[in-house]
Amino acid sequence: MKSLEDLKKMREEALKRVEMREGDKDYRVVVGMATCGIAAGARPVLNRLVEETAEKSYNCTITQTGCIGMCVYEPIVEVYGKDGEHTTYVHVNPEKASEILAEHIGKGHVIDEYTVNAVQNQGV
Amino acid sequence: MYRTNVLCCAGTGCTASNSQQIYDNFNEALKKYGLEDEVKVIKTGCFGLCQKGPIVAVYPDKVFYNHVTPEDVEKIVSEHLYKGRVVKELEMTDEDLLTKETIYDIDKIKFYEKQQRIALRNCGKINPEDIYEYIAVDGYEALGKVLTSMTPQEVIDVMKASGLRGRGGAGFPTGVKWQFEKDQPGDEKYVICNADEGDPGAFMDRSILEGDPNAIIEGMAIMAYAVGAHLGYIYIRAEYPIAVNRLRIAINQARELGLLGKNIFGTGFDFDIDVRLGAGAFVCGEETALIASIEGKRGMPNPKPPFPAVAGVWGKPTSINNVETIANVPQILLKGAEWYSSIGTEKSKGTKVFALGGKIKNTGLVEVPMGTTLREIIYEIGGGCPNNKEFKAVQTGGPSGGCLTEKELDTPIDYDNLIKAGSMMGSGGMIVLDEDNCMVDVARFYMEFIVDESCGKCTPCRVGTKRLLEMLTKITKGEGTLEMLDEMEQLCYEIRNTALCGLGQTAPNPILSTLSHFRDEYIAHIVDKKCPAGVCKDLLTYSIDPDKCKKCSMCARGCPVQAISGVPGKEPYVIDTTKCIKCGACMSACRFGAVTRG
Ligand SMILES: Cc1cc2nc3c(=O)[nH]c(=O)nc-3n(C[C@H](O)[C@H](O)[C@H](O)COP(=O)(O)O)c2cc1C
Ligand code: SF4
Ligand code: SF4
Ligand code: SF4
Ligand code: FES
Repeated sequence: MKSLEDLKKMREEALKRVEMREGDKDYRVVVGMATCGIAAGARPVLNRLVEETAEKSYNCTITQTGCIGMCVYEPIVEVYGKDGEHTTYVHVNPEKASEILAEHIGKGHVIDEYTVNAVQNQGV
Repeated sequence: MYRTNVLCCAGTGCTASNSQQIYDNFNEALKKYGLEDEVKVIKTGCFGLCQKGPIVAVYPDKVFYNHVTPEDVEKIVSEHLYKGRVVKELEMTDEDLLTKETIYDIDKIKFYEKQQRIALRNCGKINPEDIYEYIAVDGYEALGKVLTSMTPQEVIDVMKASGLRGRGGAGFPTGVKWQFEKDQPGDEKYVICNADEGDPGAFMDRSILEGDPNAIIEGMAIMAYAVGAHLGYIYIRAEYPIAVNRLRIAINQARELGLLGKNIFGTGFDFDIDVRLGAGAFVCGEETALIASIEGKRGMPNPKPPFPAVAGVWGKPTSINNVETIANVPQILLKGAEWYSSIGTEKSKGTKVFALGGKIKNTGLVEVPMGTTLREIIYEIGGGCPNNKEFKAVQTGGPSGGCLTEKELDTPIDYDNLIKAGSMMGSGGMIVLDEDNCMVDVARFYMEFIVDESCGKCTPCRVGTKRLLEMLTKITKGEGTLEMLDEMEQLCYEIRNTALCGLGQTAPNPILSTLSHFRDEYIAHIVDKKCPAGVCKDLLTYSIDPDKCKKCSMCARGCPVQAISGVPGKEPYVIDTTKCIKCGACMSACRFGAVTRG
């Protein structure tokens, strides 16, 4: 390292290692990862979320949780905003996960057709 | 790309309860569950909650597990990391530590709420063996800024304006110290980090070195630039193997990245660090003795002046600072003097780390702004005395300090207030005493320590402290006289005024402060031949109240020397005081409160 510039580059690179330990993000994205979720394909969804968030620096943390109690809708992804508002996406696959990140986290637009309410209404 | 970080505490406390095995088990279990590419296990420094250790924290979930055993690891992996279900039974649930018992979130821990972590900011947050993690949290940015955009005098001016005072005990303004050295002529100058930490009960410096060694390297480099030095020594006791090892790793990594060595940041500034191990004598923490020890001489103090800033190691100008002092330096240069001086009291700026110990629920390491009261630390952070015992006093400043009582609990802590109250800041040991502690015995404990540690160079300390110890011992045996109290006091003042170094000069403090706050306890030992707290064995007698005795024989069965006789169900039991060795077993054995101690 020979200059401040080098240090800055190194820090940007290194930041990825510790970023998740810093609290304050705008959104918290939670994946249901109990047995039912894993069986329904939650793991690839989780991996896609983690990779893309790191790559595109979305302003969110990705965590997992246990059974949400709506096993028929797994894989389930919940998005919590800063003000406590909360959206539940159901039957998520890796492609939908990317869309959710781009639209909801990136632009703040909820994708209505993937939410539990939309899917439930369809069923009726 | 990892989705989860598991932070295992690798501080001395948790390592002693097998956290290395926990770390290894995590790696193994993650492989077994195919999670090794998703979850990363990281060793980190002390969280300050050693009593709850071993500690494991999971991010970004912010879940805090305590008292984790190596056997628990598989469960955390299979349940939490694999299925996302927090392992409730291992979660920290202590109501004294959490604000809301149902929310398990590191940020909600009461223990940290009143704290402000500057010196400890990275402890428990980053991996101390990975310099990149330090760099990620703005590490070496202050050094870069200083070397590329500030003159040495500008650095010193910032330090002066920040108001930082030495955390090693005396509280000397750090910027002023650096100025003295900078103003000395000559090119050969040195800086020293004092990591001797000899105060029994103190472990702040060890935790900083274990948890954030790069902060010390960066701080020393800034210090060296300011005063014009090119070599620094870290003097650390060999009893701190984990800290020594992490320091060495950090120094090597810094050299590899060119953050130590020649031409740092391409500015032409050269600096390197040499680690020197001490044998762990208390007096070697005194700066002139420490310098002698670095030079390979016997660690004995020398008269000042000349001060180290004029003639220090190898007779050359030297600045010596404590670990915690140095840990504050990068933050001050990064965030500015104004920021730092906005924290704390008028004459004591910033924060202070305390090692909380003794009769307190949450023993551990805490960092609070200067001006926090003792009550806040002891009750709000420390949770008060366990088992509903009554608080009696708090000892600060170790063998150089004194005891403070209930009356002083609302005193805002800073250098000057503690001295006014008859104690001192010292290095930050804080030992809470309750009704079961005998103050004469406490004074005796510190005097015994001093007699062991006195280097013997000057008479007042070598002979005087021995005389003090003899008198204290007599008092604890019931052989004291009231004249002794005056004699002790007299001798205390003489030693204070005539001893060569700080060790002797401050050695009388524990006696003087207990004499002033707890004279009645001394008198009880001398006149009534009683130890009110029931500690001094020679003054205790055990006896059985025949009216309360239910003749159950439990006491007699537990007595190691068969000093108790009686007939079960028929005759009350009695203790033969000539045989009794005062072990107290009968008192705990009796379920009817028939055994008394007086
Ligand atoms: C007997 C004795 C023991 C000391 N032990 C230590 C110690 O362990 N660590 C320390 O930093 N300072 C210790 N000091 C204080 C040092 O002499 C010196 O004042 C200090 O390292 C200066 O650094 P500071 O200005 O950053 O506090 C001790 C002083 C005396 C008299
Ligand atoms: S005061 Fe005690 S420790 Fe200090 S020089 Fe004298 S004998 Fe040695
Ligand atoms: S244990 Fe208590 S009650 Fe029983 S014999 Fe001893 S003194 Fe009496
Ligand atoms: S104090 Fe110990 S030695 Fe004395 S009578 Fe009780 S059990 Fe026996
Ligand atoms: S050593 Fe683990 S919390 Fe202090």
